[in-house]
Amino acid sequence: MEAPPLIRDDALLRATRRRRLVSRVVAHAALILGVLIVAFPIWMTLVGSTHDSGTIGRGEVPLLPGTHAVENYATAWGKGGGVMRTTPASLMLWNSLLMAVLIAVGKIAISILSAYAVVFFRFPGRMAAFWAIFITLMLPVEVRIIPTFQVIVDLNLGNTWAGLVIPLIASATATLLFRQFFLTIPDEFVEAAKIDGAGPLRFLKDVVLPLSLTNIAALFVILFIYGWNQYLWPLLIINDRSMETIVVGLSKMIGRGDSQNDWNTIMATAVLALLPPVLVVALMQRWFVRGLTETEK
Amino acid sequence: MQKKVIFRGTLLPIALLAPQLVVTVVFFFWPAGQAVYQSMLREDAFGLSSEFVGLENFREVLADPSWVHAALNTLVFSGCVAGLALGLALFLAVQADKSLRGATVYRSLLIWPYAVAPAVAAVLWLFLFQPQIGLIGRGLNAIGIPWDYRLNGTHAMILVIVAAAWKQLAYNFIFFLAGLQSIPASVLEAAAIDGARPARRFWTIIFPLLSPTTFFLLVVNLTYAFFETFGVIHALTGGGPAKATETLIYKVYIDGVENLNLGSSSAQSVILMVLVVLLTAFQFRAVEKKVHY
Amino acid sequence: MATLSLRDVRKSFNATQVLHGIELEVADGELVVIVGASGCGKSTLLRIVAGLETPTSGQVVISNRDVTGLEPADRDIAMVFQNYALYPHMSVFGNMAYGLKIRGLPRAEIEKRVQAAAEILGIGALLERKPKQLSGGQRQRVAMGRAIVREPALFLFDEPLSNLDAKLRVQMRAEIRRLQRRLGVTSLFVTHDQVEAMTLGDRLVVMNAGRPAQVAPPMEIFSRPADTYVAGFIGSPSMNFIPATLEEGGRAARLAEGSAIQFADGPRPGPAGMPLILGLRPEHIEPGDGPDSLPLAVELIEPLGSETVVHGRAPGGLAVTARLPGAFSGAVLPVQLPAGHLHVFDAGSGRRLDP
Repeated sequence: MEAPPLIRDDALLRATRRRRLVSRVVAHAALILGVLIVAFPIWMTLVGSTHDSGTIGRGEVPLLPGTHAVENYATAWGKGGGVMRTTPASLMLWNSLLMAVLIAVGKIAISILSAYAVVFFRFPGRMAAFWAIFITLMLPVEVRIIPTFQVIVDLNLGNTWAGLVIPLIASATATLLFRQFFLTIPDEFVEAAKIDGAGPLRFLKDVVLPLSLTNIAALFVILFIYGWNQYLWPLLIINDRSMETIVVGLSKMIGRGDSQNDWNTIMATAVLALLPPVLVVALMQRWFVRGLTETEK
Repeated sequence: MQKKVIFRGTLLPIALLAPQLVVTVVFFFWPAGQAVYQSMLREDAFGLSSEFVGLENFREVLADPSWVHAALNTLVFSGCVAGLALGLALFLAVQADKSLRGATVYRSLLIWPYAVAPAVAAVLWLFLFQPQIGLIGRGLNAIGIPWDYRLNGTHAMILVIVAAAWKQLAYNFIFFLAGLQSIPASVLEAAAIDGARPARRFWTIIFPLLSPTTFFLLVVNLTYAFFETFGVIHALTGGGPAKATETLIYKVYIDGVENLNLGSSSAQSVILMVLVVLLTAFQFRAVEKKVHY
Repeated sequence: MATLSLRDVRKSFNATQVLHGIELEVADGELVVIVGASGCGKSTLLRIVAGLETPTSGQVVISNRDVTGLEPADRDIAMVFQNYALYPHMSVFGNMAYGLKIRGLPRAEIEKRVQAAAEILGIGALLERKPKQLSGGQRQRVAMGRAIVREPALFLFDEPLSNLDAKLRVQMRAEIRRLQRRLGVTSLFVTHDQVEAMTLGDRLVVMNAGRPAQVAPPMEIFSRPADTYVAGFIGSPSMNFIPATLEEGGRAARLAEGSAIQFADGPRPGPAGMPLILGLRPEHIEPGDGPDSLPLAVELIEPLGSETVVHGRAPGGLAVTARLPGAFSGAVLPVQLPAGHLHVFDAGSGRRLDP
C-alpha cells in the first residue's frame, strides 16, 4: 500500500516562524532600549565628570569621555565644588558610609533582638509590644518629619550622629522578616538546646544567628542602600558641614541648577555618590534581589 | 502563629525588646502624638504662647487653595510616576522573562538604578535637561521647543516625573520579574495548548495571576511618589516654579521648616498619616484577597 | 481518524543529546505508554509532540500532517499535566471552556460540551468552584475534562497520576483506560511507573537513555524483553541476572560455579565460551531439592501475605531473589532454575538472544 503524501502547511509554518522571530526581535529591542534609558543618564554623568567646566558651561558636552577626569575627581575628592560649597567629597563619603552602616547594623541588631523576644518567649504585654512595632510599618519617617525633628531638638541631639541615626533604626519590616524566619526554625532545635542545657542567649548566639546569616546579609544590602540614600532627615538634622552626607551635599552643590556651576566637579561628586550603593547591588545581586522580594512580603 | 516550644522568663525578653520599643516610643509615638496635639494649637506671631483651637487648623488647611493645589500636584505627580514606572517595568519584565539569549545580562543591567538615591537621580536628569548645558534640554531648544523647566511649570512637572519614575523602574522590574517567574510554567503551557496566542495569554492568564504583585506595587509606588520623592523635587525644582511641583510632603516641609507654621504643618502631617494608614489598610485587604489564589 | 508518527526525532540541550533518533508509529485510537526511569527523555519526547519543545531534527507527523514547526495551538492536541496546570483564577467551568472560547465556539456549544464532559467525569456539581477548593482527585478530573472538551486528535498525558495517593491512583488509572476506550482518541501517556504502563498501554515504549529499548504490547515486553534493561525495568521484584557462558553447539549455558542449564527452546547462535547473561524472574524460580539445585543462603525474607519474597545468595556469592507462594522460613532455600522460563541475553550488547 502506498503511503499518502505528507501534508505540509507551508503558509502556516512561515507565519509561525515569522511570529516567533518578531517576538524575539521585539524583546531584544525593548530590553536594549530599556537598558539604554536606564544607563544613559549615568553615562552622561560619567562623561560630564571627565570634561572641564568650560566645555560643560558652554553646553558642548560630547557623548564620549574627555581628558579631565583626574583633576575633576581630585578636586571633588579633596576640595569639593559648587558655587559656595566646599565640603570635600572624601569627607562626605565617609559620613554617608558611617550613616549607612550605622543604620543598617542598628536596624538589624534591634530587630533580631525584638523578634527573638516575641517569637521564643511568652510574657505579659508580648502582643501589645508586637503591635506597637507593627504599627510603625505604616508611617514612613517623612510623614512625621517635623514632630520627630522637634523631639530631636528637645533632646539636644541636633547635629549629632545619634540624632541622625537612631530615629531611622526602628524598623517594623526587619522585625517582621526575622519573626517570620524564626517561626520556621523547628521546635526540635529549641528542645535539643534545652536538653543540651543551652539558655536562651546561648541558643540565640549558637543556633539562631548562624541560621539567619543569609537573611542578615540580604537585609544588610537593602538597609545599606536605604541608609545611604536618606535625604530629608539628614537635610533637617545636620547643618554642620563636617557631618554632611554626600547625597545631601551633592544637591546643595547644584543650587538652582545654573549653567555657571562647577558642573565638572558636581558630576564627579555625583559619580562618587552613586558608586558605593550601585557597587553593593552589582556585587551582591542575588542577595539583594532575595532580600528585597522577601522583606516586602 | 505561635511557637509551641519556648523559653521561660519575663525579664530577659523585655530587655531584648527594650531598644526597639524605646526607639519606637520616643521617635514614633511621641512625635505622632505631638503632631496630633500641635495640629490643634495655634502659636502667636512670636511663638511665645499658644492656644487650643480644636480642628481649626484642619479646616484652614483643607480650605487653603495652596494646599488644594499641592494635593492636585501630588495626584498628578503620583499618578504619572506610578503609571509610567509600573507600565514600563511590566513591559520590560515580560520581555526579560522570555527565554532569550542574554536574558540574565539584561536583567542585571536593568536592576541597579534601584541603588541610586532619588536626589542623585535628580542631579543626573538635571544634567540632561538643563536648558543651557543639558544634552536633551539644549536639543529641545534647538529643534524649536522652548524648554526651560525653571520657568515653565509643566516642564518642571515632566522633569520630576521622569526622574522619579526612572529611579523606581528597577524596583518594579525586580518585583514583576519575580512575580512572572512564580507563575508555574505548566499553566502557561496549558494555555498555549489551549490555543491562546501570546497577547491573549498575557491578558487572560498572566495579568490576572500577576494582579497581587501589581496591586502591591501600586501601593508601594504611590507611597514612594508621596514621600520618598521629596529628594527629587527638592534637588530639581524646589517645588517651583510658582509652586508648580509642590507636593503635599514638600508643603509640610516648607510650612514647618521655612515658614515655621507648626500648627498648620502638623495638621498637614496628620492628614498625610491618615492617608498612609488608609493606603496600608487598602493593601492589607488586597493581601487577604490574594489567599484565594 | 488520527495517527501519530515520529520520524528520527532527535533533541540536544547544548552539548547533551537527550533523544537519539526516535521512530514511532501510533495507530488511530491506540494508547501508547512511554515508560522509563527519570532522565531517560520520555517527558522531552512528549513535549516535542505537544510543540512545547522544538526537536533538534526529525519530524512530528499527526494524521499525516507535518506539525514539526507549528505552535501547540495548531496541532489539534490536548494535554494533561503532572501538576494539572489548572488556571488558578478561573472556575472549573472557566478552565474547561477556555480552549473552546479561544477557538471561537458559540456559547451554547461550549456549555453543552463542558456539561457533557463534566457528566462523564462526575464533576458536574463542581463547575463553579475554583481549583483551590478541589481535592487532588477532583483537580485531576478537571484537567482531564479540559482535554476532553476540546475533542482533539491526540491526547497527551504527562505523568498525570503521580501526584495522587496510591488508592486514588489505581482508581483513576482504570478510569483513564475506560475513558480512552470510550472516546477512542489516540493517546500518548508518559509514566515512570511500570504497573501504570503495563495496565494502561496497548503498546509500551520502554525508553533507556534517549533511545527506545523496546516497543511492543505489554505482555510481549514482559515475556520477551528485548534487552537486559527492559528485562530489569519491567517486573517486580526485578528479574535475576546470572552470568554464564555459551556451551559448544549453543544448546546450553554454563554457570560460573560450574553447573550447566540446557536451553529448552533450541540452540543460541554464537561461538563457544561467549559470555551470556541469563535472566529468570523471581516468580519463576522454583523451590525444591534436586541434583542440579542451588542452595540459597537466605539473607532477607519479605512476607507479602499470599506470597513471600526471599533474597538470598547462591554459592559463589550471586544474589538471587525468589518469589514463593505462601509462607517461608528457614536459613537455606534450595531452588531450581527452570529452563523453560529462561531469558538469554548477550552479555556484551545486552540484547536478547533467541533460538
